[in-house]
Amino acid sequence: MIYFLFAAIKAGTPLLLGTTGEIVTEKTGNLNLGVEGMMFLGAFAGFYVGHHTGNLLLTLLASCIMGALGALIYAFLTVTLKANQTVSGLALTIFGTGFANFFGQIMIANTEGGVPKLPENLIAQLAETPIPILGNIPVVGKLFFSHNLLVYVAVVVAILCYLYMAKTRHGLNMRSVGENPAAADAAGINVTLVKYVHILLGGAICGLGGAYISLINGGGVWNNNCVNGQGWIAVALVIFASWNPVKAILGSFVFGAFSVLQFYAPKDIIDIPNAFYVMLPYLITAIVLVISSVRKSKKYAQPAGCSINYFREER
Amino acid sequence: MKHLTKLAAVFLALAMLFTVAGCGTGGESSTGGEAANTNNADFKVGVIHIGDPADGAGYSYAHDLGIVDMQAALKLTDEQVIRKINVNDTDAVATRTAIEECIEEGCKIIFGTSWGYMDTMEQLAAEYPDIVFSHGTGYKSNGTNFNNYFGRIYQARYLSGIAAGLKTQTDKIGYVAAMGITNSEVTGGVNAFAMGVESVNPDAKIYVKVTESWFSPDLEKQAAEALLDAGCDVISQHCDTTAPQLAAQSRGVWGVGYNSDMTKDAPQAHLTAPIWNWGVYYTKAAKAVLEGTWDGANYYGGMDDGLVDISPLSENCAEGTKEKIEEARAKIMDGSFKVFEGELFDNAGNQVCKAGEVISDADITGAMNWYYRNVEVK
Repeated sequence: MIYFLFAAIKAGTPLLLGTTGEIVTEKTGNLNLGVEGMMFLGAFAGFYVGHHTGNLLLTLLASCIMGALGALIYAFLTVTLKANQTVSGLALTIFGTGFANFFGQIMIANTEGGVPKLPENLIAQLAETPIPILGNIPVVGKLFFSHNLLVYVAVVVAILCYLYMAKTRHGLNMRSVGENPAAADAAGINVTLVKYVHILLGGAICGLGGAYISLINGGGVWNNNCVNGQGWIAVALVIFASWNPVKAILGSFVFGAFSVLQFYAPKDIIDIPNAFYVMLPYLITAIVLVISSVRKSKKYAQPAGCSINYFREER
Repeated sequence: MKHLTKLAAVFLALAMLFTVAGCGTGGESSTGGEAANTNNADFKVGVIHIGDPADGAGYSYAHDLGIVDMQAALKLTDEQVIRKINVNDTDAVATRTAIEECIEEGCKIIFGTSWGYMDTMEQLAAEYPDIVFSHGTGYKSNGTNFNNYFGRIYQARYLSGIAAGLKTQTDKIGYVAAMGITNSEVTGGVNAFAMGVESVNPDAKIYVKVTESWFSPDLEKQAAEALLDAGCDVISQHCDTTAPQLAAQSRGVWGVGYNSDMTKDAPQAHLTAPIWNWGVYYTKAAKAVLEGTWDGANYYGGMDDGLVDISPLSENCAEGTKEKIEEARAKIMDGSFKVFEGELFDNAGNQVCKAGEVISDADITGAMNWYYRNVEVK
């Protein structure tokens, strides 16, 4: 049981980062369906830099920058050129997937033996290590204080994003842009700037989520197609978490649990086809959607300005 | 707006630069052939891959090593081998297009390496009677220009089971399977492996986790970790990535790979891996077509042909592994041991093979839907 929960947290972490990134983006009024693409970009950049430098900080920085660059394409298209947000996001997903697989393939072709690996020291830095003292507590120590570094980073990022959005003036400005850009504009907020900053920030966080996949899930070896749909689950999780990064922590670990449930459920007692377990996260999302639309609570709803481009001249 | 246009122009120029640079690096890796041979200059061989051999490991890579062997053995130039890569085997139109392109280029024999090409190849064989269509892993053939090739990989799996059975200390061995009990290619492999384990360690159990996917690094890693959590200390696999081996390595225990020698991927964990040497068949078949001796017979090779084997035993293997494996290998090679023979029981206690009988190869690859008695699905 502890093993199951431990595996659930590990599987949920990339989802948490992707979800947090997308929440930041949507809160500023832009629906970016390019999460999958940005995660791919971050996954590749992180792995590539890690593979060549072995420096953890540079690795994480590279994945953030690459994720943000992907978001920059999207921001330029939707904020400056006012292109359709859905289509731009989808284009980013397709672009990011192709980019990572294309350059991943080149990396494979250029590596001796055809297996690009991370250097030993980087793998050691990212290994699961119990925190001294806290890690020795029975059950709790294993469950919460024995993870790899990036799990803590993800949780801290989610909490910081929540505090930033809920408790700071900049966060308030950003939320007002997401709800009603015209009013925010009238109040003297630079709508374009606010949107750009937060779309890029969201992209950087998504990129970090991608890095988790290529650095941790891949076990130190590059795999093409490594993100494999997790970006889409993150988009669904945004709704599940009702645009709240703290709820996203719980939500992503629940979804992580679903994704590993098929391997931990006792098959000799309950024998359901694996396809059922694979379906579960999406089923839950559908149920959450139904519940949230029945409740029609504004507090738990999508930001009012989300997915609508803001034309200043049309006020 | 002027700035934007400039920005866009710079962006486009950069994009073009990347594309050109990319093509440059990509192209270099696929060359490396032999000098032209004038005797058979117009002879061409086609091969349809489901993936991309440049991945450096796994299914298409293993097949392409065989194609490269064949090319070297018959002294063909790079232009005489037509490869079609990433051909989706569930897409009959794409399959047909790829094969017809090979025909247009003048291929005399075309190898289809994946199960799903079977029906399309059967139709095309009827339409083009002068061209030989050779299909791997399926079961259809027409006796003339459309045959089927596969092999007794279960022999190699039996040997790899010996390595695993001698290595385990917890007597729990994990097996990450791509498909469930209804897929007899996978199930037959599990059973052969389990018998190999039992031959040296009757107490050990094999625990199977199914991913329902041939290629999924994530699921394979999670399945392997679940098995490790349950106390397994050797992880075997029938799936395409190295993820299970890496998971075993990160826990400081051991693993048995598949398709290619995964010792290079997980040097501290890997024991050995059942591998294919497709070159044995590809050379034989292409040579037969080239020399006009093609007879249309199906091919089902084993360890005695050199089609299947295990990769060299790594230093991680337990003491005495080599001797035990050589002993079993000798019996398989001289035909005195058939793996699926004698009195066999499944894990529900039913007798699935009577004493003195042998299960046929067709049943092993096509109709095996039971697990051997020391296998558990949890």
